[in-house]
Amino acid sequence: MPDSAPALGPRALAARQALADVPHLPGARKPDPIVIADTVVRRFGGLTAVDVEHVELQRGAITALIGPNGAGKTTFFNLLTGFDQPDEGDWSFDGTSLKGMPSYKVARAGMVRTFQLTKALSKMRVIDNMRLGAGHQKGERLVNAMFPFTWRSQENSITTRADQLLARFNLDAKREDFAGSLSGGQRKLLEMARALMSDPRMLMLDEPMAGVNPALTQALLGHVTSLREDGMTVLFVEHDMDAVRHIADWVIVMAQGRIIAEGPPDSVMHNDAVVDAYLGGHHDQALTTSGVSFTEEAAP
Amino acid sequence: MDWGYIFSVTLQSAFGIEAIVFGLMAIGLNLHFGYTGLLNFGQSAFLAVAAYSLAVLVSDLGFSFWVGIVVGLAMAVVLALLLGIPTLRLRADYLAIVTIAAAEIVRLLVRSVALKDIFGGSDGLRDFSAGFYAMNPIPVGMYSIGPVSLNEDKVFVLIVGWALVVLALLIVWMLVRSPWGRILKGIREDEDAVRSLGKNVYLVKMQSLIIGGVLGCLGGFIYALGYQNIGPDFFGTDTTFFAYAILILGGAARVLGPLLGTIVFWALIQGTDVLLRSGIDAGFPLVAWMSGSQAAVVRYIIVGAGLMLLMIFRPQGILGDRKELALDAR
Repeated sequence: MPDSAPALGPRALAARQALADVPHLPGARKPDPIVIADTVVRRFGGLTAVDVEHVELQRGAITALIGPNGAGKTTFFNLLTGFDQPDEGDWSFDGTSLKGMPSYKVARAGMVRTFQLTKALSKMRVIDNMRLGAGHQKGERLVNAMFPFTWRSQENSITTRADQLLARFNLDAKREDFAGSLSGGQRKLLEMARALMSDPRMLMLDEPMAGVNPALTQALLGHVTSLREDGMTVLFVEHDMDAVRHIADWVIVMAQGRIIAEGPPDSVMHNDAVVDAYLGGHHDQALTTSGVSFTEEAAP
Repeated sequence: MDWGYIFSVTLQSAFGIEAIVFGLMAIGLNLHFGYTGLLNFGQSAFLAVAAYSLAVLVSDLGFSFWVGIVVGLAMAVVLALLLGIPTLRLRADYLAIVTIAAAEIVRLLVRSVALKDIFGGSDGLRDFSAGFYAMNPIPVGMYSIGPVSLNEDKVFVLIVGWALVVLALLIVWMLVRSPWGRILKGIREDEDAVRSLGKNVYLVKMQSLIIGGVLGCLGGFIYALGYQNIGPDFFGTDTTFFAYAILILGGAARVLGPLLGTIVFWALIQGTDVLLRSGIDAGFPLVAWMSGSQAAVVRYIIVGAGLMLLMIFRPQGILGDRKELALDAR
C-alpha cells in the first residue's frame, strides 16, 4: 500500500503525476513513452507465447510486469531485449526501432537487462565483473588490446566508477572475491550494479527479488527506487506483490501471452480480469473477503 | 643402469621439438578452451594446414620459404573462419563436433590417393626446409648442452621453436590481461550475460578462434621444419588430445600452464620409456618380463594412470587455483 511505501522522491512523484490521467486499460497511451511495441507475436510451434497488440512504457517510471507462470513475461522480456526474435511485430526504444537488432546492440543503445537466474561470472573477481559492464572500452578492440597505453587511463576511470557503484550496493568488501563465492542476494546486487556500469537509460530486471532474503529485498527495492531518482526507466518482472506495490508506478498484467490489464498497483489488484487470471491471494485481505479463491503462484 | 643416459634422454625430450610443437598447440588451445571456453577438438587441423601449405608451396610449386610461411598462416585464418562462421552462433558443443570432423577431413584429404600428386599421400612431403636452414647463422659442428649433444641445424630449430613459444606466451599474456581478455573470460563463464552488457560475443569468439588457431599452427611449422618431412598421420585426433592433456596437466587458463605442461608431459612420456627399457636391459625382475615394444605401451598406461591421479587430487593442474575450480561445485 502506498502509505507503507518509502517516502517518494521528486522523480517518483513526477512519474505518478504523469501517469495519473492515463486510462486503466490494456494498451493505454502514455504521455511520454520510451518503449512502444506493436503487435509483437512469438509462437513456439502451435503455442502462441506472446501476443501483445500494443504497449507503451512511460519514461522515468518504474513499470512492473506481472502475471501467472507461463504468461509470457520472460519471453516478452527476451523479445524486447533482442535475446529472442518475434515472428511479427515492431517495437522501438526512444524512437529507434529495435526490430531484428541483436541483443548486444540493444544493450549498447541503452536498454540493459538482468536475468531471472542470476548470471554472475563466477570465476571472475567482483571488480572484473563490474569493469566488464562498462561500455565503449578502447581496450576491448583487439587492435588496442596488446597496447595498454591505449586503454590504461580509461581503465582507471572505469575502475573508479566501479568502486563507487560497489560502495553504493554494499559490495565494496567483496571487491577482490570471486563472484561465484557471493550469496544469491549479493549476486543479484552485483548483476544490477554491473548493468549500471554502462550508464543505461533503461534497466530491465527479470525477477530481481527471486530467491533473496527479506532483509536484502528491502535493500534491493531501495536501489531500484533510487534508479528512478537517477532518471532511469525501469521495467521489472516480479512475483512478489509486496515488492510491486511498494515501488511500481504502473503495473502491466499478462496472462496467456496477452496484456489483460494496466494501471497503478491498487487499481490493477482489484481488477476482475486480473483476479480471474491469478492473484497472490493472501497479500490482499480485501479480495479474500470478497469470496474469490486464490492459489499462490510459486516462483519457479 | 646408466642414470646419466636416462637423464639426458629425458632432458632432450622435455625441451625437444615435440615439446615445442605440442607446447604451441596447447598455447592456442589455452586461448580457445582455457580462456574463451571454446571446445576446439580440431587443433591438429590448424597444424596440418600450416605444415602442408609450407610443404606444398615450397616442395611442389617451388615458392620461397617465406611465401610458404605467409600462406600457411593465412590458411590457418581461413580454417578458423570456416569452422567459426557456422558454429560460433550455436551452443559450445557444436563447435566440438564440427572441429573434430573438420580435422579428420583435413587429415583424410592430405592422405588421399586421389591427391597423392599434391600432398604425397601417406608418404607425405619432404624437401621444403632448405630455405629455413639456409638462414642458420650457427657454424657447422656439434654442440653440447649438458649431457645432450646436437648438430647446428637441431640447435637452430630449437632456438627458433622456443623463441616462438616465448612469443606466443607473451601474446597470450598481453591479450588476457586486457579488457579484450576480460570479455573472453566472461564468455567462458556465461555468454548471454556478456551479450547483455553490450559486447559482440560472436566477433570476440571468432577473434579468439583465429588467434588460438594461428598460435597453434606455428607448431605445425616447427614440426615440419624440425623433422624436415611431414606425413598425414601425425595430424590425427590423438595429437589434439595430447595437447589437451598437456593443457590440463599444466593448468588451463594459466598463461604458463601449457609451457610447464608440455615440458613435464614429454619428460614423463620419454622418461618412463627409457627408464623401463633400461630396467629391462639391467634385468630388474619387476620389469624384465616385458619386451622393449611392450614397454613402449606400458609407459602410456603409467602416464595415463598418473594423469588420472592428477585429476583426482589436483584437478586444476599444476599451476591452477583450486579455489577457482571449487566454484563450479555450487
